Amino acid sequence: MKIIVCVKQVPDTAATMAVENGNISWGDAPLIINPWDEFAVEAALNLVADQGGEVTALCLGKEEETEAIKHALAMGADAAVLVSDPALKGSDNVAASKVLAAAITKIGEVDLVLFGQQSVDTDTGLLPVQVARLLKWPSLTLVSKFEEVTPAENSLQVVRSMEEGNQIIKSLMPAVVSVTKDYGEPRYPSFMGIRKASKAEYPVWNLADLGIDLPSSSISWPEVNEPVEQEIVTEIIDGDTAEEKAKILVEKLIAEKVL
Amino acid sequence: MDFGLSEEHHMVQRMVRDFAAKEAAPTIQKQDRLGEMAPHVIPRMAELGILGISIPVKYGGQGMDYVSLGLACEELEAVDTSLRVVISVHNGLSCLTLLQWGTEEQKNKFLVPLAKGEKIGCGAFTESGAGSDFAHIQATGKIDGSFYILNGEKMWISLASVADYAVVTVRTNPKASQAYQGLSTFLVDLNSSGISRGDLHGKLGVRAGSTGWIAFQDVRVPVENMIGREGEGFKVTMSSFDSGRYTVAAGATGLIRAALNASGAYADQRKVSGEKISDLQLIQAKIARMSLDYQAARLLYLKAGWMKNKGERNTKETSAAKWYATEASFKAASEAVQIHGAYGFSDEFPVERYLRNSKGAMIYEGSNEIQSLIQADYALERRQDKKLRKECPPYDQDSWT
Repeated sequence: MKIIVCVKQVPDTAATMAVENGNISWGDAPLIINPWDEFAVEAALNLVADQGGEVTALCLGKEEETEAIKHALAMGADAAVLVSDPALKGSDNVAASKVLAAAITKIGEVDLVLFGQQSVDTDTGLLPVQVARLLKWPSLTLVSKFEEVTPAENSLQVVRSMEEGNQIIKSLMPAVVSVTKDYGEPRYPSFMGIRKASKAEYPVWNLADLGIDLPSSSISWPEVNEPVEQEIVTEIIDGDTAEEKAKILVEKLIAEKVL
Repeated sequence: MDFGLSEEHHMVQRMVRDFAAKEAAPTIQKQDRLGEMAPHVIPRMAELGILGISIPVKYGGQGMDYVSLGLACEELEAVDTSLRVVISVHNGLSCLTLLQWGTEEQKNKFLVPLAKGEKIGCGAFTESGAGSDFAHIQATGKIDGSFYILNGEKMWISLASVADYAVVTVRTNPKASQAYQGLSTFLVDLNSSGISRGDLHGKLGVRAGSTGWIAFQDVRVPVENMIGREGEGFKVTMSSFDSGRYTVAAGATGLIRAALNASGAYADQRKVSGEKISDLQLIQAKIARMSLDYQAARLLYLKAGWMKNKGERNTKETSAAKWYATEASFKAASEAVQIHGAYGFSDEFPVERYLRNSKGAMIYEGSNEIQSLIQADYALERRQDKKLRKECPPYDQDSWT
C-alpha cells in the first residue's frame, strides 16, 4: 500500500497565544506536529505493518519549519515531501487543498491519504474533505478504526465515530480518511527514528514543481481579537452531607438559569 | 562556539517530555501519597529505550549522546524526581560504570541486558556509617578460590528493592596503606543467595521512588564480576559519581524549571486587592531568580555533557553543575511554595513535592559540602585529575549507532 499522511506544523499546545499588531503570536514557543496528525501517522504505520507498503509524510509549510515532517519520520514514516513556496503565505484551506491535491497527484499511485481530524490552530477540519473533492475520491471523516483493508480489491471498511454512535462504512480506494483520537494512542518517536529523521533528506517542491499557478484564497482574516477576559467568581458550597451540598448546588444552578 | 541544541536533541527532549507528561504526570500526586512508583513506569522507560539512552547500540543501548542523557533527566525531573532517579542509578551509576570500566565480557553479559532494560541496575556504595567518608566503608569482600565472599550492608540505595544487578564497592584489602586503596567494585546479581533487601519508609521526599538497604551475608560473587582491578574500587566509584552527578545536575535543572513554571502560572492568576501577584515586584524578584538559576544550571550541565561527549575529564564541571543546580532547585522550590502561599503548603499543588524532592539531591551522590570541597581543591590547585586507566568513552556517533 502507498499511504500519504498529511501533517501540519502548529504552535506548541502549551504556548501562550496572544494577538500582537493584529496577528496571532505564540512568542518563541516551538512549532510541533499537529497533535491530531500523530493519530493519522499511527494509523498509516499500522496499516503498512499489516499490509506492507510505505508511508510518505506530506507537509505544506515554510522550508525551515521541519518539525512536523521530522516527527512523522521519527515515528517511522518511510519518506517525506515538503511543499513550500513563499507565494503560499497567507493561503486559506481552499488554496491549501489545491496544493496538497496537486502534490498527491504528483507522488502518484496512492491508495490512501490520511489526515488528522483537524488542526489545533485553525480547527476547521475541512481540508480532508476539500482534498477528497478535488481528487474525486471518497472522503471518510472521523475514522476511529480500519476494520478491513483489501488492497487487491481496492476496498476498505472503516468505523466512523460520531456523536450519535458509530457508523460502519465500506468504500473504494483510493480514498481520503481523517483519523480521530479514538483510533488509539500514537507511538512516541524511537531514538533510532529520531536519528534517522535528523539525517533524512526529502524533496521540497514549489508551485512550479507541481505545475500549478498560485491558487486564489477565498478567506482572509481582516481582524483578530483576543476574547474579553471574563470575571470569574468562585464559591465553595458548604453543607454537612454530599446530598445537602448537591441540593444547594442544583438550586444555585437553577437560580443562575444554567439548568 | 555553539550553544544551540541539535535537531536530534530537540526531538529527544520532546519525546521524553511527552512520555513524562502523558504517562507519569497524571498519577504522580497519587503515587507520591502512596509512597510507591506506578508499576508501569520502569517497564515503559525500558520499552521506549530511555533506560539505555546513552549506551552504544552494540551494547544494547540507543546510541544517543551524553547531552541527550542530560536532556532526558531534565524532562523527567520536571515531572518528578523519582523518574530521574531511575536514570541516575540505572544509567548513571550502573550502565555507564560498566561502559567505562567493564571488560568486553562484562559488557556483553551485564551491560547489554541493562541497556535494553531487561534488567534493572543500581549502585550500592553508601553505608550507614560511610557516605561522604567513602574511603572508610566497612563492607568486605574476601577471596575464596574463584569467588569473593561479600559481607556488610549498604544503605540509602535507590532502586534497592527493584534492581536485578548492583554495582557494589567493598573493602577487599584491609591492610592497604591508604584506606581508599583497599577497595574493589563488583557487579552483583541481587538474586544471589545471602542477599536481603528492602525499602526505607518515612522519607522526606522522592516518595514515589524506591530507596532502601541491601544486606550481604556470605554472598559469593565470581571473580570475573570484579569491575576494574583489585584495589581500583575507589576510582571506579568516583567515576560512577561523575556519571551519576551529571544526571542529578540535569534533573535538578528540570526541577527548577517546574518550580518556575508552576510559580508563573499561579502568580498570573492569583490576585491580591484586584492585582495579579505576578505584577508585584517582590514576586517578580523571586521568579526572576528562578529563571536566572534555571539558565545558569542548564549551561553548567550542558557544558559537562559537551565535555563528556568529547571524552574530556569533567569531574570539576560535573561537580559544579550538581552543586549549583541542586542548591538552586531547593531555593526555587522553596520560593515556589512561598509564592503559592497556603496552597503551596498543600499537596493539591505540586510545589510542596518539589521542595521535599529537592532536598535529597543536596545530600546524595556526594553531599554539597563535598562538592564545595572539590571545587575548593580545584580552585586552590590542590587537586589535579590524573589520567585514569579507563576513561569514560567519548561519544562517537559512528561506533555508537
